[in-house]
Amino acid sequence: MKRLIHSSWWKLLTIVLVLYTVIAGFLVTVPALPILNETIRNLFFHVPMWFGMTILFCLSMIFSVRYLSKGRTEDDLFSVELANAGILLGCLGLVTGMQWAYFTWGDWWVNDPKLNGAAIALLIYLAYFVLRNAFEDIDKRAKVSAVYNIFAFATLVPLIFILPRLTDSLHPGSGGNPGFDIYDLDNNMRYVFYPAVIGWTLMGLWVMSLRYRYRILRNHLLEQNIMP
Amino acid sequence: MDLLRQTGSLIRKEFLIEWRQRYALNGILIYVVATVFVVYISFLKVEPATWNLLFWIILLFAAVNAIAKSFVQENAGRMLYYYTLAAPQAIILAKMLYNMILMLVLAATCLLFYSLLVGYPVVNHGLFGLAVALGSIGFSLTFTMIAAIASKANSNATLMAILSFPVIIPMLLMLIRISKASLQESAVADFMDETATLVAIEVIIITLAFLLFPYLWRD
Repeated sequence: MKRLIHSSWWKLLTIVLVLYTVIAGFLVTVPALPILNETIRNLFFHVPMWFGMTILFCLSMIFSVRYLSKGRTEDDLFSVELANAGILLGCLGLVTGMQWAYFTWGDWWVNDPKLNGAAIALLIYLAYFVLRNAFEDIDKRAKVSAVYNIFAFATLVPLIFILPRLTDSLHPGSGGNPGFDIYDLDNNMRYVFYPAVIGWTLMGLWVMSLRYRYRILRNHLLEQNIMP
Repeated sequence: MDLLRQTGSLIRKEFLIEWRQRYALNGILIYVVATVFVVYISFLKVEPATWNLLFWIILLFAAVNAIAKSFVQENAGRMLYYYTLAAPQAIILAKMLYNMILMLVLAATCLLFYSLLVGYPVVNHGLFGLAVALGSIGFSLTFTMIAAIASKANSNATLMAILSFPVIIPMLLMLIRISKASLQESAVADFMDETATLVAIEVIIITLAFLLFPYLWRD
């Protein structure tokens, strides 16, 4: 992971994929559907944010497990910055979703299991940061927050993967609303959607890697008493 | 086998402490009765849907208050002494089982006073009982683990609420859905999905506590 952070090939890939998403996302021919109309293009921006958030939170949990088994400070830093980047993607997903909801459902926020799930997921990770700030001792903070991170992720799984499937949702693809498979007859959108998911997730990882390197440098300077 | 024996004696110790101090249990019982009474004098007549929600909110806050003290009621020295005697897994298991029994008693008492004062609109008693039992067990397991985490920080009481509420919401949503259905004619079989999910979450929580607590107790 450390070597991966300093290599540049995947950052170039991120640029290519995100540029492709933005350009193709606005130019590709999309099926004309009632109500959705051109807002269907939000699929390339809103949905990948949630995919990215889930992937980053999952990685954050994996690094917490690694911290508990190996006790290395870097793993804790990875885990906290992955959670940070996940929250960033989650907030972006929420914003893109809300403005889409305003044009299609007529309101900024509706009572929908997926919306509530997203809000609770963000609350859980904000609580994770509150917990981190409650400790002064670095090792104790890393250990206790790693335990909470793993525990919280386990309770997040039913919230994101099981609960929305037990109830009807206003979202396309569930509760009788047309979804991906129905309107996407010529597969045009798939060619943009999958690269978009990878691109935005990699973008989150890039943000994470910058924050991680900043933290490492900061710790380094603190050790040498250069920074107050 | 050794683990079970240790867990057994630790649970006995928990009951003994509770019986000798008693103020914790009585405090929570008075809290529940007082809250129910507040609901009674402020609402007088309650719609079934509101009745259901208020019941879960009372139970939720009672659970947080009852379980928050789990790891801070005994001083650090005595906790250290337990760790020299028993495996950490036995300690968390004993706390969880004890809190589970405590919550079941608490929920039954709460329901008794609540139905005496506010009313009892439940139609499907079996389904409602199932929801209350699953809820008490789920609350006690989750909050025990969160109390163990929060006890490591200094500002325990505030942290307990901040950490536990987001984590409990998925469970609470499913419980409210089950118990809401029990207010009308309904079949238990229609709620197998929710029940299975709740049981699965509870099994996952026990497993995680079992695996994670050994990392947590050492300072």
